Amino acid sequence: MDSHRDQIDSPADSTVVARGIVKRFGDLTAVDGIDLEVEQGTCVAVLGPNGAGKTTTIEMLEGIKQPDAGEIVILGRTWQHDARAIRERIGVQLQETEFQDKLKVYEILRLFDSFYAADADLSEIINTIGLEDKREAFVKTLSGGQKQRLSIGCALLHGPEILFLDEPTTGLDPQARRRVWEVVERFKANGGTVLMTTHYMEEAERLADLVVIVDKGRVITRGSPAEIIASLGAESLVRFSLIDEDVRVLAEDELLAMEGVSAVRYEGADIVLSVERTQAVIASLFRVVESRRLRLEDLRTHRPTLEDVFVALTGRHLRDG
Amino acid sequence: MARLDEIRELTRVRVLSFLREPEAVFWVFMFPMVMAAVLGFAFRSGKPEPSTIGVVASEALTATLGASEAIDVESFETFEDAHAKLRRGAIDGVVEEGEFGALPKLTFDPVRAEAVTARLRIERALSDDLDEPIVATEELTEKGSRYVDFLFPGLLGMNLMGTGIWGIGFAIADVRRRKFLKRMLVTPMRRTSFFLSFMLSRLVFLILEVVLLVMFAAWVLGVPFRSDAVSFGVVCLLGALVFAGFGILVASRARTIEGASGLMNLVMMPMWLASGVFFSYERFPDALHPILQLLPLTALNDALRNVMLDGDSVLSLGKELTVMAAWCVASFVVALKIFRWE
Ligand SMILES: Nc1ncnc2c1ncn2[C@@H]1O[C@H](COP(=O)(O)OP(=O)(O)OP(=O)(O)O)[C@@H](O)[C@H]1O
Ligand SMILES: [Mg+2]
Repeated sequence: MDSHRDQIDSPADSTVVARGIVKRFGDLTAVDGIDLEVEQGTCVAVLGPNGAGKTTTIEMLEGIKQPDAGEIVILGRTWQHDARAIRERIGVQLQETEFQDKLKVYEILRLFDSFYAADADLSEIINTIGLEDKREAFVKTLSGGQKQRLSIGCALLHGPEILFLDEPTTGLDPQARRRVWEVVERFKANGGTVLMTTHYMEEAERLADLVVIVDKGRVITRGSPAEIIASLGAESLVRFSLIDEDVRVLAEDELLAMEGVSAVRYEGADIVLSVERTQAVIASLFRVVESRRLRLEDLRTHRPTLEDVFVALTGRHLRDG
Repeated sequence: MARLDEIRELTRVRVLSFLREPEAVFWVFMFPMVMAAVLGFAFRSGKPEPSTIGVVASEALTATLGASEAIDVESFETFEDAHAKLRRGAIDGVVEEGEFGALPKLTFDPVRAEAVTARLRIERALSDDLDEPIVATEELTEKGSRYVDFLFPGLLGMNLMGTGIWGIGFAIADVRRRKFLKRMLVTPMRRTSFFLSFMLSRLVFLILEVVLLVMFAAWVLGVPFRSDAVSFGVVCLLGALVFAGFGILVASRARTIEGASGLMNLVMMPMWLASGVFFSYERFPDALHPILQLLPLTALNDALRNVMLDGDSVLSLGKELTVMAAWCVASFVVALKIFRWE
């Protein structure tokens, strides 16, 4: 456990390295051997349903929780030896921090500024997070999105090298969400490294260079959003239901026999086909349905998303929890 | 200096969030003043309170009793009516006409001091020939020996305990519940600065609190202040530190405000009653005194009374200061050991 070894173990351009980290709460293994590596200047998004172990994972990386097994190296240092030095160089937004209602935006930023050796230009931070008008406002008067940006401001003000964000936009409306994304994108554009969790695909697709999908404390797949989507081996997804008939009258074999169909999934009243040549598949689908005297309803096609990959891998939706 | 910076900012935030809670300000500053004023005025008057006696008797007997300045007479038709009031403590005794020339009969509760006083006054009123005094008396009117003079240092001690334990206990439970504590812990903030900020904000309020209350007591209630500033300052400071330690201790594990608040009451309740705030703990059996004197509030109240009323120097208060210092160290050490950061 000497720091000399830590240096060797951590690849030069990796800012966050986790190997085989495990966390148990009683009988429950919340994180069950996760490996993670974040290269400098990239954004990694950990994606997963409720209870997948995202917060537990990121809090171990942030030094809040102790892993029961595995090792963590941040910026070439370990929490056991250099906690203070790491804290000076990372910024953290927690999933559920409530600031004290009776404090003003500026007072909170000044408080957090006092914790760091580096001196921040608070006016610049206030501009970055777009709270110029709210500088003297009490926290309790801020909207959800503004509170979240304040929280990110507190994580950014000392010029950290790595930003940890735990579900930074959950519960925000689309416009508020976009403003948070802009703040994160600006941080990245200046060379910052981001590790975030989310259960929104759009967020991962927009911000992340690398997506790690976790479920039940394990990584089930990882790659760039494009790679992960490509791993589905489908050009698009075709979804439909039948009028007055259970979709299961169309057997899986029958559908798979059609040229270009790589996977079939029954989802409630719908069938979802993963397909390669969309137009040809739809043409043959019409023929099959005609010959069986069935009637199609609600036929839709869409390009696959990370959500579809998740469903294909686990049979559940991300939001199901 | 980053270190001083963070202590100053943490303290500033503590002070601001306190001052922005009007209820907290009321309970810390106004409540003790109101309490001292109400109790002080209730016991202020130079003249002794007359005893209130229920009478079920002839007009002659009623008139004899009523003639005494020390007795207020209330006439009743039946003994049952009077007895009902007696049970509620609204009157101090009931006098009935003696049957067939027997002596008048007094019904009273011999355990109540007021009732015993009433009995003496009635006996006095009914036997004129006892008018000659049999002991020479000297009335106690000197400042510093009235009830309000006894009461005020106790209230001050109780207030130092309450603001320390409540003020710090709630504030810690609140930052923990909000996960604000957790958020600060992922910064390089030093944990000692966090604790220090609570101590320092306590000291800021201590000065306000003590100065305001003492001025009020001196000017409005006429409570004497015979202490030298250093002795009084040392006693107050140590008192504030003890209960700041208790505040941190009661909040060191609590996850919720309710949990912390239950614990706070559990700690404070015995001391409200047994540490000589409203009445001297010497009323408890002698065997208990050494134990009661080990309570931090007892030590603080004794010390405050000694310096304020008797003008004792802090140097003569070795025992009280030792008790407080011991509690102070013990509560901090234990609190730091068991504190739940997450
Ligand atoms: N302190 C704890 N004690 C006991 N169980 C816990 C604790 N923290 C988390 N868990 C459990 O560990 C599992 C993973 O929780 P975690 O908070 O990491 O999930 P998550 O992926 O962040 O979920 P969400 O999307 O809801 O935030 C859950 O089943 C949760 O109930
Ligand atoms: Mg979470």
